[in-house]
Parts: sequence; C-alpha cells; structure tokens
Amino acid sequence: MADHRSKGLNSERIFLYAVLLFLALLFLLPVYIMVSNSFKPLDEIHSGNLMALPEVWTVEPWFTAWSTAQIGVQPTGLKPYFVNSFLLVVPAVAISTLIGALNGYILTQFRFRGAHVLFAAMLFSVFIPFQIVLIPMAKTLGVLGLAGTVGGLVFVNVVYGIGFTTLFFRNYYAAFPHELVRSARMDGAGFFGVLFRILLPNSAPIIIVTVIWQFTNIWNEFLFGASFSDFDSFPLTVALNNLVNSSTGVKEYNVHFAGAFIAAIPTLVVYLVSGKYFVRGLMAGSVKG
Amino acid sequence: MRAGALPKLLLSPSVLLVLVCVYGYIMFTIYLSFTPSTLMPVYDWVGTDNYRRLFGLENWNVSLSNLLVFASLYIGVATVLGLGFAILIDQQIRAEGAFRSIFLYPMALSFIVTGTAWKWLLDPGVGLERTLHNLGWESFAFGWIKEGDLAIYCVVMAAVWQTTGFVMALFLAGLRGVDAEQISAARVDGARTWQIYLHVIIPQLGPVFVSAFVILAHMAIKSYDLVIALTNGGPGRSTWLPSVFMYQYSFTRNEMAVGAASAVMMLAAIGLVVLPYLFSEMRKVKNG
Amino acid sequence: MASLDLINVQKSFGSMQILHDISISHGDGEFLVLVGPSGCGKSTLMNIIAGLEEPTGGRLQLDGRDITSLPPADRNISMVFQSYALYPNMTVAQNIEFPLTMRKVEKSKRAERVKSVAKLLQIEHLLDRRPRELSGGQRQRVAIGRALAREPQLYLFDEPLSNLDAQLRLDMRTEIKKLHQRLGATIVYVTHDQIEAMTLATRIAVMKGGVVQQLGTPYEVYNRPANTFVAGFMGSPRMNLTRADVVAGNGALALEIRIGDRPRVRIDLPPMPALMDRYVGREIIAGIRAEAVSLAREGMVAGATQRLLDARVEVIEPTGADTLVVLNLGGHEFTVRLEPDVSLKPGQDARFIVDLTKLVCFDAETETLIA
Repeated sequence: MADHRSKGLNSERIFLYAVLLFLALLFLLPVYIMVSNSFKPLDEIHSGNLMALPEVWTVEPWFTAWSTAQIGVQPTGLKPYFVNSFLLVVPAVAISTLIGALNGYILTQFRFRGAHVLFAAMLFSVFIPFQIVLIPMAKTLGVLGLAGTVGGLVFVNVVYGIGFTTLFFRNYYAAFPHELVRSARMDGAGFFGVLFRILLPNSAPIIIVTVIWQFTNIWNEFLFGASFSDFDSFPLTVALNNLVNSSTGVKEYNVHFAGAFIAAIPTLVVYLVSGKYFVRGLMAGSVKG
Repeated sequence: MRAGALPKLLLSPSVLLVLVCVYGYIMFTIYLSFTPSTLMPVYDWVGTDNYRRLFGLENWNVSLSNLLVFASLYIGVATVLGLGFAILIDQQIRAEGAFRSIFLYPMALSFIVTGTAWKWLLDPGVGLERTLHNLGWESFAFGWIKEGDLAIYCVVMAAVWQTTGFVMALFLAGLRGVDAEQISAARVDGARTWQIYLHVIIPQLGPVFVSAFVILAHMAIKSYDLVIALTNGGPGRSTWLPSVFMYQYSFTRNEMAVGAASAVMMLAAIGLVVLPYLFSEMRKVKNG
Repeated sequence: MASLDLINVQKSFGSMQILHDISISHGDGEFLVLVGPSGCGKSTLMNIIAGLEEPTGGRLQLDGRDITSLPPADRNISMVFQSYALYPNMTVAQNIEFPLTMRKVEKSKRAERVKSVAKLLQIEHLLDRRPRELSGGQRQRVAIGRALAREPQLYLFDEPLSNLDAQLRLDMRTEIKKLHQRLGATIVYVTHDQIEAMTLATRIAVMKGGVVQQLGTPYEVYNRPANTFVAGFMGSPRMNLTRADVVAGNGALALEIRIGDRPRVRIDLPPMPALMDRYVGREIIAGIRAEAVSLAREGMVAGATQRLLDARVEVIEPTGADTLVVLNLGGHEFTVRLEPDVSLKPGQDARFIVDLTKLVCFDAETETLIA
C-alpha cells in the first residue's frame, strides 16, 4: 500500500511474515511431497511418513516412470509420450501464435464491417465448454484421417487456441501507435510490409506472452488428448493419468510422483524463467476488451 | 484504413475454422441432443426426450448438485483467499516477488499433475492421515477422499490450491490500481490500515470481483481434468460433475444423445455466466 | 490553531538528498506558501509535515508538541490534495464526514458538522451526489470541506488549484483567501505558481534544490529577493537582471553596463548602503522590475532617486491592462511595464524614467543580495 513510512520490525510485521511463510510452506507442500517421495523405495512409502525426506535415496522410480512403466500396450514408461507432447506443442504453439498475430493485425489496422462481431465470436470460443465439440470433432478427425494422431491433436489445439492468441495480439496492436503504421504506409509499405517490418519486430513482449500461454495450456491439456488420441499418440497428460489410475497391481506411488514431476517440469521451468510474462498472459486472458 | 481483399482473405481461414469448429459443432451437438443417437449419431428428431431423460437420471442430478456445491465453495473460498493473499502481499513485503511466485506456480501445472499430487496426499492409507497416525495422533481421521459425501470437498481443496494464486494476481493488480492519493487522504483522515482497506480500497474493487467470479465460474463448470485425476469420479459416482457425465454417457455408455444434451446444458450454464459479462465489456470498448 | 516549527529537516532517498536542512518557524494563523519549480522538494516537505513520509533528520513541532514520528492520524492536521482524492464509492456527505467517522464522533454531531461545512462552502445541494458526478470546482470544495470537518490545528494544501482551468483557479484562490480570513487557520500551501503564492501568503518560502532560498513576506520576496534565483522566479514578467560594473566618481557610485569591453550606459546611483563601496571596480548583477520604469513625458524632470534613460524599443506586447515593452539598453534587453495606451513603435528611440529606489544589486559570484 502507498505507505512510505519505513517499516520497522514490530510485532505486527513479524506476525505478517509468519503468516505468509506458513502459507508459502502450505503451497509448496504438495510439490515437496511429490519430489521427496519420488526418491523413496516403495516400502519406505508404505511404512513411513509421507512428509519425511527419504531415508534411502533411490532414482529407481524415475527410471521406471521414464522408461519401463506400463502405460499403453507396452511397458515403455513416459518417454514416448513426452515426445508426443513435444511433437504436439511445438507446431501447435507456432501455428496458433502466427495466426493470432495475423488476425490481431487485420482486426486492428483495417476497417471493415463486422470486424467487431467477428472478434466477439472468436472471443466467445475461448469460454465454451469443450465437451460440446467433442462428438462432431471426433467425426471430423475421422473423416480427415487424423483420428488418433498427433497431427489431429495439433489441429484441434490450434483451432481452439485461435480465440486466445487473437485476443492477445488484438489488444496489443490496438494500443500500438497509429503514427508508426501510418507513416510506414505513406512510405509505401504494403500489407506484409507493415506486418513484417513494423508490427512484428516490435511485438516481442506479446509474442513471448502468447507463446508461454499457449505452451502451458497445450502441454497441460487433457480432454482433447484423452478424446482424440490412441495408444501411440497419447500426450503426456493422458499417459500420466493412465499410469496413476491403473487399478491393477500394486500402486507404485513413488513412480506416480516421479511421473507427475516429469510432466510438470517443462511448464514449471517456463514459469520460473518467464515470471512476469506468465503473469501478463494470465491478466490479459482475464481482462477483456 | 479500409480493408481490401487481402486482409479479408487472410482472416477468412480463422473465421471459417471458428465458424465451423465452434459454432457449427455447437449446432451439431445441439441437434444431436434432439435425436435418438446411442453409439453413433443418427439424425431423426425426437424432441425433448433426451432432456427429460437427462433430468430424470440420478447420475445427472448427482452431477448437478455436486457442481453446485463445488462451484459455490470453489468460487467463494478462492475469492476470499485470493483477496486475503493479495492484501498480505500488498503490505510492502520484502521478497514480494518470491511469495507471489510461490502462490502462483500451481497455475503452471496440469490439473492431472495437481490431481496426482493431492490424490495421494489425501489418501488415508498413504497420505496425511497415515502420517499423523505414525506421528502418534492415532485418532486423526482424514479419509474424506474415500467417503462419498465428503470426496467433493477434496476436489474443492485441490482446485482452490491451483487457482488461488491467479485470483491473488487479479486482486493485487486491482489493489494497486487504487489512486495512491486517496490512500494518503484516508491516512490523514485518521483511518488505520484495516479501515482503509475496508472503507476505501475494497469498495472500489467491484470490477475485479466480477472478473474473478466470471473466470472461476466458467472454470468450475468446465472442470474435468482435476476430477479425473483426483478421484476419477469416485468413490462410485460421488464426485461426478456434468463434464464427467457427458464424457461417460457419450463415449462409454453409448448414450450419445443424452451426452450431447448434458453438453448443451453445460454450454447454457456458461453462457449465462459469461455472456452478460462479455456484452458489457464489449460495449465499454465500443464506447471508448 | 497552532504554530508549526520545522527544525533542520532533512530528507534523502538512498544517496539522493532531497531536502537540506530546512528550518522554518510558522506562526499561529499564518498562511505559509512553499513555492518553487518542480523538483525543488516542496511536495516532499509537505508529505513530511503531513506524516506521509519520515524525515531522515531533524524535527517537527506542532504547537510545541513533537510530531516527528507520529502517524498522520495522530497529528491533528488536515490535507487537501492536488487530485482532490475523494473516495469514489462514498457520497459527498460521507466523504466530508469520513474523518469524523474515523475519530468516532457520534452520529448527530457528525451530521451537524457536515451541514455547517457544506453551508460554508455552498455545496449543500451536492451532499447526496458521488464524486464522479461533480465538476472540478465542486470536487475541490468537497475536498476542502473534508479538510474543514475536523477543525484541525493545521491545514495543508498540496497544489489544490493545479487541476482547475484558469478562471476557476482565480475564483477558488479568492475563496481560499476568504476562508483563511474567516477561520484564522494556520495553513501551509504548496504551489508552483508564484502569483498564487504572492496573493495568498502571509509568508513565502521560495525553494530550489531542496533548500529554502528565501523565507519572507510577499513584499520582501518581491522587492528584496535574497538571490538572483528568487528575483527571476517571482514576479511576472521576471525581474530584469544584468551584469554591470561599479565605478566611483563624482563622490558617488555609478553603474556601467558594457558590451564586451566598451561601456555603453552609465547610471549614476543615489546614496547606496555602505556595503556597495566594497564592490567598486568589480562586477555585480543589477536588478530592476518592469514596473520601476515608466515613459518620460515632455518636460519631466528626474527626482533625486530617479534617472532618465534613453533606450530603443524592440518589441511591444499589449496585455490589455498594460503594455509590456522590451527595450534595448546598452545592448541588453529589459522588459518594462507601461500604461496600456502608450504609443510607441518598434525601432523607436524613447526616453524613460527609472525609479532607482527599486534597484537591487547582487554579488556577481554568490548571486546573493547586497544588502
């Protein structure tokens, strides 16, 4: 709060920090439990304390999760599904970002009837419950020959990401200084000239925000993955869920935790590295118009 | 600049895709809900049969009441906690960035990961209950996740943990958007810190409450991944939500039309929450 | 009402020192204006007096009571802010009564007080409105009303008129002066507008670079500026300043204004303070205000403290109320204020009569007044 008086350490401040520290620990608890238990052998989990650090440290669960756990037909671990997710995310993020940039450009730098309505229509697509498109999309993918493939997932994620990426770029370009575009046009820049020479080079912040947002959302996506892929094209989230929810045999909690953490690492790293860009994406996605 | 042919041309693929894959599919699914489709789509018209059947199904009614409980707790608790965290962080904390990062990181995780972590944490045989038993607190009972009536509260807990940081970020931005001179004026007027929050700052946060509500409500209605990972709808069907119902009935139980009807109800609920908000925001933008 | 004492107040932010050793004694019922260009530290000093910031050194006393480390709520002061800072979610009445509510004054007394304040400021008809429905001037009155509600010992005004348009600013300025006369309040007022300072203050503190350049009455600050900064900052048009040499001759001193090495104009001075003798043969900075010069009429004779000067007219600026004329005197430009209906033409040579009792001289190196 706008209080410029120096904050000495009195009992109020100590209490404040204590509360915050307690809450922070509470928030870190699940991840701590995940990580520390992923290094324990199974019997220690059964007999011991979930909160304690491993008495016997082992990397076995990680190996198992990565390469030998039974998820699909073969005991391949999460590795091939990690690859699937990667093969899904890279093109999906790239394509949806490019389309978003193009749409944002067109919607803000050109006047035409219905621009507002089109934007509103794209915006609403972000809110729909995706359950409502599952059935027809399944049919469509079948017709297109993309059913059960990573390519099909790329298509689906791109289509339903257009709303967000267009929103981000549209808001960014709406605030872009008109004079720059106008003077470029007077200098003879055409449609692509303005886009590639003026707008895109100055779009680094929004490109970063969009890429981070799309990466996080698509990497973490589950519903489409579960509905439209089959055993060799599962993304990582579906594979993880299969691993954890398999009801046969002994539940290897340590392997589950290791697997969950493997799935979490890419987006966590992106989060830690990108900091304020991640937050900007969250805020942009919530403040409309 | 007036749009020539090129911009319109380049915009049209997106428009087409959205028109077909969003609105077209919605129409399709709505139509399906009026057909007798079971395993595969068929296109005869049966009127509102499926809807009548839907609301007569216990599974659906359980899903609906679960959604009500889940949504109201989730929205309520996340909003209160988010506001609370934001106020705490607003007190010019050292290492503010670190605290914010810690409260916000769950948003970077997939709901599947969250569900997995919490699933075992809440499991009485392995998680918190077991740990406290081992530490000597024998009578501690926390097997909610295994109990039909209480499992839904576990879903609330995990969902709140995931999204509170986001609500905090929204409120923090709102808190800091309040004119600093008003706060100075209130201090000169004799208000203590808590009074300034109560009388001056929070009343101005109306729009943030609305934004938070709309986003949380729409996330609650769409919740699927978390339930699947945490409880898989169980025990039994006690944590079914409409999203789970839809998936089960459309793909597992071969009652596609009923599933379609449930999806339409979900869409209606979201429309109810989101459309008024979108309209007012778009009107604000149009009026400059 | 009460007196305010600032004793050696310092303020630094990290390694940047904003306020250097400010000491001001402000009496009961006085109207003190802190004036200076942006960045001079006046707002920081105001915040320190209010308790919104803490000084890094020095003390503040209100009516003898040390308030240096007290929070604003305990200082018994009120403040009017530049942007009015009205609470948008409350009505005008609730805004005005807020300080009373915070001090747990009972309801009927609060209502009474709000009514009397609203009556004084003529905003009774606005009591149920919200700030966003009010004009700038109305918001200003509400802000003042909120400050008046508590009857504090000290009123602080932080550039309250800056956001108003020119005519409204003049009207409100008069209102504030009337309020001061009526209430006998002790006021500290910050502005960057030196005319506001002159018209409102009983004493002015001219600030620059975190230092009080001069603390004095409007008359003193205008006619006996402590240094060339104050001379140039106060008054519009600014005081004419030029370098000149002091020479001795004819039993008295004279000023010679030069271009390069050649003396151009010689002005014999009337008896000057003894201190001036030390400057014979040296350069000083001479200053005279635009009003001290008038057009010499036919047959006018210069009195003992007046001199006749010939100069060339360069530019004529009629303002309606008078005519500002830029003259070329000895190669230097002087602005003089003449009657509104004077008939001069650019390029014309004319004779002017200068009132040398208004002459002020500054040391050329320290730029301070030679008194």
